Amino acid sequence: MSTLEIKDLHVSVDTEEGAKEILRGVTLTINSGETHAIMGPNGSGKSTLAYSIAGHPKYTVTSGSVTLDGEDVLEMSVDERARAGLFLAMQYPVEVPGVTVSNFLRTAKTAVDGEAPKLRHWVKDVKDAMGNLRMDPAFAERNVNEGFSGGEKKRHEILQMELLKPKMAVLDETDSGLDVDALRVVSEGVNRVKEGTDVGVLLITHYTRILRYITPDHVHVFVDGRIAEQGGAELADRLEAEGYDRFLPAGAGA
Amino acid sequence: MSLLTQTPTQGEHTHSAATMVPDASRAERVSSFDVAAFVVPTGREEEWRFTPVDRLGTFFRDEATGAHLDWTETLPEGVTTSTISVADWQALGVPTPQDRAAAVAAAHSGGVGVVDVPAEAELTEPVRIRLTGSEQDLVHGHLLVRVGRFAKATVVLEHTGVADYSEMLTVLTGDGADVTVVSVQEWDDRSHHLAQHDVVVGRDARVRHIAVTLGGGVVRVNTNASYAGPGGSFEGLGVYFSDAGQHLEHRLFVDHEAPHCRSNVEYKGALQGETARTVWVGDVLIRAAAEGTDTYELNRNLILTDGARADSVPNLEIETGEIEGAGHASATGRFDDEQLFYLMARGIREDEARRLVVRGFFASVVARIGVPEVQEHLMEAIERELAGEAAA
Repeated sequence: MSTLEIKDLHVSVDTEEGAKEILRGVTLTINSGETHAIMGPNGSGKSTLAYSIAGHPKYTVTSGSVTLDGEDVLEMSVDERARAGLFLAMQYPVEVPGVTVSNFLRTAKTAVDGEAPKLRHWVKDVKDAMGNLRMDPAFAERNVNEGFSGGEKKRHEILQMELLKPKMAVLDETDSGLDVDALRVVSEGVNRVKEGTDVGVLLITHYTRILRYITPDHVHVFVDGRIAEQGGAELADRLEAEGYDRFLPAGAGA
Repeated sequence: MSLLTQTPTQGEHTHSAATMVPDASRAERVSSFDVAAFVVPTGREEEWRFTPVDRLGTFFRDEATGAHLDWTETLPEGVTTSTISVADWQALGVPTPQDRAAAVAAAHSGGVGVVDVPAEAELTEPVRIRLTGSEQDLVHGHLLVRVGRFAKATVVLEHTGVADYSEMLTVLTGDGADVTVVSVQEWDDRSHHLAQHDVVVGRDARVRHIAVTLGGGVVRVNTNASYAGPGGSFEGLGVYFSDAGQHLEHRLFVDHEAPHCRSNVEYKGALQGETARTVWVGDVLIRAAAEGTDTYELNRNLILTDGARADSVPNLEIETGEIEGAGHASATGRFDDEQLFYLMARGIREDEARRLVVRGFFASVVARIGVPEVQEHLMEAIERELAGEAAA
């Protein structure tokens, strides 16, 4: 049983006009096995929350805390966070030319586990996980994210989640840019990991569509760097019907 | 997104015509067996403008030194070595020296070391020649590699130790030959090495020239490819890694005079440490007679630390419209922090993540080398170069 605890988190980024505060006091607790959806309009700070948890150097935490089972996550380097059990499925995964998916996955697995995976099991695990995500075996020999379609990139992110078995996974707009078939495949992948590993999931999304496939236990509406409203799965239905308009100042577009 | 964020640094994609008054055509550059035809360079000449000529004075002196490097050879069956006079070498109709250092090397070498691969020989092992220097005296080195028609051969030249080495290498290939010449520069960083490598591609021959430059204070390898007949193919591949204080320069000139020939050049370099310096100049000339030419050249530089400088100058000169294709690409970029973040977000430690990215950067060109022992050695050497950074 693990707990990711975010308390009164304030985060800013450097812009040409100086530091700009994006997160203005976020408090959120996620336990193993729970799925929390964070929904909100563009620019509300959803992705900033994801990158801040993962430790991207662009974002500066000005106050507040993030702990995983009591350990101070903000004190950890990016790689230490991953080894502690945090995972971020990125919205825009980066190309790494000349590094094959197979080499990358093995290197990451070795890093996270602290030892190289047993070869025979590993080959089978990778093959099975790729099969489940309906990925061609030839995919393993391609360079990481190089020339991948949007759907392939997202499947590759979920493939990593399946293989690395994190305690807490942050999925940053994993659904955006996917057609309905790819969305279903990716959602099934997330659900498989949830069933198999009791992972806690923070699902960040702009749309309610993915919540038809992945049922959230809690829904948080994110507006202007804060959680504006919380509820159960029924809150997502209401958002689907009404949109974000009621959370926005009059005259601002969603 | 590419590995190389397209932030131009000095010299990125500079057509020389835009920056200075060049020769009207690359073909008009002085070339001669006569040392007196070349002035002692000052550094203002087009062909010397990037080179620290003040550190190379002895290379331009019109006099013999009598010094030599230690020569160790491994010859597969059928391959022979011999020595011929400079006059006999000239009589073969070889390409002429293109700068003063090469003219001096050719004039004062005292004789040409010849490696002969007989016609139709199919070598399964490379010819290996290891040249080792032990003192800083200037050495004029003069080599001729001759590969007979339809022969298949790989020749690996390795350079190590301390030396000031001025080299003239001629590679003559027969019709339909399949030849790979690898020149590895792993000198001590006190060493200086100026080289002219002339590659003459036989009719329908396939010739690959590969430069691997990792060690040496100043290393400048000028590779010139020309075609003895139609249907030839030249591949010029290069990998270099420059640390603080190193000047590593590679210049290529592919002279398409015969029709229906191909050339493809790919050089990749990494720089780390203040004052690390690299230069790549790729000249391609497609003459009026060279119809059906297909050529492409690519240079990529990866700058790992502040203070390093990479110049990259591709030049393409086309005198006929009847070609298959001609293009070039050049980019110099800094290490991409987003790649680092992506890999580290998967638990991979920073030093290992950097290693993965740099290995990946070189992977495409290293894979094309096609000589497994050279590829393995090179990847290990790159790892050592990167480890040097961690220790610093």
